[in-house]
Amino acid sequence: MTNTINANNIKTLEFDALIIGGGGSGMRTSLELAKSGLKTAVVSKVFPTRSHTVSAQGGITCAIQSADPNDDWRWHMYDTVKGADFIGDQDAIEYMCSEGPKAVFELEHMGLPFSRFDNGRIYQRPFGGQSKDFGNGGQAARTCAAADRTGHALLHTLYQNNVKEGSNFLNEWFAVDLVKNSKNEVTGVIAFSIESGEVAHLKAQATVLATGGAGRIYASTTNALINTGDGLGMSLRSGFAAQDMEMWQFHPTGIYGAGSLVTEGCRGEGGYLINGEGERFMERYAPNVKDLAGRDVVARSMVLEILEGRGCGEDKDHVFLKLDHLGADVLNSKLPGICELSKTFAHVDPVYHPIPVVPTCHYMMGGTPTNIHGQAFTRVNSEDVIVPGLFAAGEAACVSVHGANRLGGNSLLDLVVFGRAAGMYIQKELKSGGGVDSASNSDIDNSLERLNRLNESNTGYDVASVKKELQTCMQNYFGVFRRGEFMEKGVSELEEIRNKAENIYLSDKSIAFNTSRVEALELQNLVEVAEATAISALNRNESRGAHARDDFPERDDENWLCHSVFDPNDKSLSKRVVNFAPNTMEAFPPKVRVY
Amino acid sequence: MLKINIYRYNPEEDKFPYMKKYEIEKPQKDIMVLDLLHLLKESDSSLSFRRSCREGVCGSDGMNINGKNGLACITALSEVLKGDRIDIRPLPGLPVIRDLVVDMTQFYNQYEKIKPFLQNDTSPPEQERLQSPADRDKLDGLYECILCACCSTSCPSFWWNPDKFVGPAALLQAYRFLADTRDLEKDSRLDDLADPFSVYRCHGIMNCVAACPKGLNPNKAIGEIKTMLLKGKNSKNIIASDGVTA
Repeated sequence: MTNTINANNIKTLEFDALIIGGGGSGMRTSLELAKSGLKTAVVSKVFPTRSHTVSAQGGITCAIQSADPNDDWRWHMYDTVKGADFIGDQDAIEYMCSEGPKAVFELEHMGLPFSRFDNGRIYQRPFGGQSKDFGNGGQAARTCAAADRTGHALLHTLYQNNVKEGSNFLNEWFAVDLVKNSKNEVTGVIAFSIESGEVAHLKAQATVLATGGAGRIYASTTNALINTGDGLGMSLRSGFAAQDMEMWQFHPTGIYGAGSLVTEGCRGEGGYLINGEGERFMERYAPNVKDLAGRDVVARSMVLEILEGRGCGEDKDHVFLKLDHLGADVLNSKLPGICELSKTFAHVDPVYHPIPVVPTCHYMMGGTPTNIHGQAFTRVNSEDVIVPGLFAAGEAACVSVHGANRLGGNSLLDLVVFGRAAGMYIQKELKSGGGVDSASNSDIDNSLERLNRLNESNTGYDVASVKKELQTCMQNYFGVFRRGEFMEKGVSELEEIRNKAENIYLSDKSIAFNTSRVEALELQNLVEVAEATAISALNRNESRGAHARDDFPERDDENWLCHSVFDPNDKSLSKRVVNFAPNTMEAFPPKVRVY
Repeated sequence: MLKINIYRYNPEEDKFPYMKKYEIEKPQKDIMVLDLLHLLKESDSSLSFRRSCREGVCGSDGMNINGKNGLACITALSEVLKGDRIDIRPLPGLPVIRDLVVDMTQFYNQYEKIKPFLQNDTSPPEQERLQSPADRDKLDGLYECILCACCSTSCPSFWWNPDKFVGPAALLQAYRFLADTRDLEKDSRLDDLADPFSVYRCHGIMNCVAACPKGLNPNKAIGEIKTMLLKGKNSKNIIASDGVTA
């Protein structure tokens, strides 16, 4: 791997469809394709069950009418539109909420060990932002759960069914960059086996980015160490747009100090937050639903309590999540994983003591813009243009069902519904003769440039320290509250950080399982995502959903009821209209968002 | 000072594996073994290990820590330090690719062998298949397995016959599907296991139980499978053709 690699000295592996990422959305896509007879491969930098979907806890939100036989997917749609602060695309939300029950029942039929009600149906718990009757009927219980290990159960079930269908996995392969032909079509990726170091051109008619989020751009995150935005990094380097990148969800309850997630299901089961004075402060911020307001609302309220001196602990820099009143039985049967995590990372047994928590970066609402079929598009002369050969699904994509703020339990639904949809569409397209032209050798050589540059580095910066710099910058200037002057400073610091990241010195040039090479390439992806985030955040001059600006504290529907589209070619931001045209019903018009 | 010994092996450079000594200032607060590895990697980037979730649910960072298998990310230094010393080795019994990274092919092959997916060919209802809470409870302690291989690689029977003994992790999953009221292939699942090696190489050593970072009990599940095999129609097959008795 240390000699210059070019199109002539690597091998080409040819597929019909290539899925980058072996998490929930990738494996749902591959499962759909496994039955199609198309030649498919899942390229995953970790063994699939190590993907971050495994960490999802509370559940998958869907109107399956189990807890409430009168539940309606339209109510779920209303909640999602409102939760998104009205910049989620209503056609996509409609599709997700109405197709959801089918996708959830499929998972059950595949064997997912959902918890159950006494009548044998799937257990559903209340989550934040859920209502009955379009906000008029009180709290709903719509999140289908397997105890507090729903993501684990879902990911393993998907892997198991991929084994059943004989899906083809390239495990512990790292995708480096997209390959594009002269028509700007995506024709596959450059990737290497982490174990053997072998580099290959993986050629495909359809390439699906199912690479998940990039929470590691922040210093404090619930995200796995592998969440480095590899798909988005690749697409941005290829010049393709990213949408709504300023919208990052800070989950209210990350364990203080460790960052591990504590599910919203804790509050769904009856837990609540208290400040240093023992006050249940969410009663002041969201009098109706209190601790079950939208995540952005709860996270901001927590930060305000801390900033105003009412935090908990010696430094008054966190708050407490109180669960002990639920009793040992509920905690052990409904939240066993949380009890385990809390003991390990907070040294606290929630049966007796509250868990110290703090808002922690959790989810990327933005991503590669797609339609409901997973087809990626980009911007050319202010027009949306489909990128032939490129698809995205799950957290890597921005379809957009989460808009400015995702509701709890909607991410698992997003990845099964749109993973499935992408699989179905690719099948149809490829079987009816669709596809892309081959790339030339020089196209392939272009995509090898980054890897060659790293492999040939003789001097430069160190990965670990540049990564720390990046994470500190994002944490300081692009956190829960944002302000123009600070963000400007952040943007200029990022320019310097980008320069360093592009000049990394890879001291270990070895071939076999060289994780330092992988980490260097991941860092460069993080920088792409961070830059898109920073520029988008600086330019959206309003507060909406997760994007809260001190200097523009109000929502501005007149100017900003729209998506933001980041163009990596000139680092500019443009606006894109939000879809207000669902197929089967009237759109929900924007209104003031109160909980 | 912490005295750390780490198993190192890079196939391109090393003829044999060796233990490399590191010394660092003892951290003020208790940290996890994974944090320690990250600290070391900052100054020695060539050190390789797997990790992902860093919270004990993905199963990437199983390794042998002061003689005991466990997950680096949820093992606190205070739990494992012997004086100021800590020895870290790859999971035992599997081929080493590099440093703390093992080749898990044999482990995954055994997992695939037990058909780790629900088998039910009846056409599904429009909604979910019903299952009572009591029947669902039977899956607790089974489905939570994270495939970290801490159990199977602590099992002498698996070391001896990794190709023929299914091993505790995959047997736990075999029982997960045997215990699922929605699965209709109990007989064929038991048929597949009815030989002297697949299940009966388990001699109740219990290392699997001691090693499991999730507190699961593969030995108990294996006991249940043995009972089902003895009570089932395939009990005769167990005394096998090669004369090896269970």
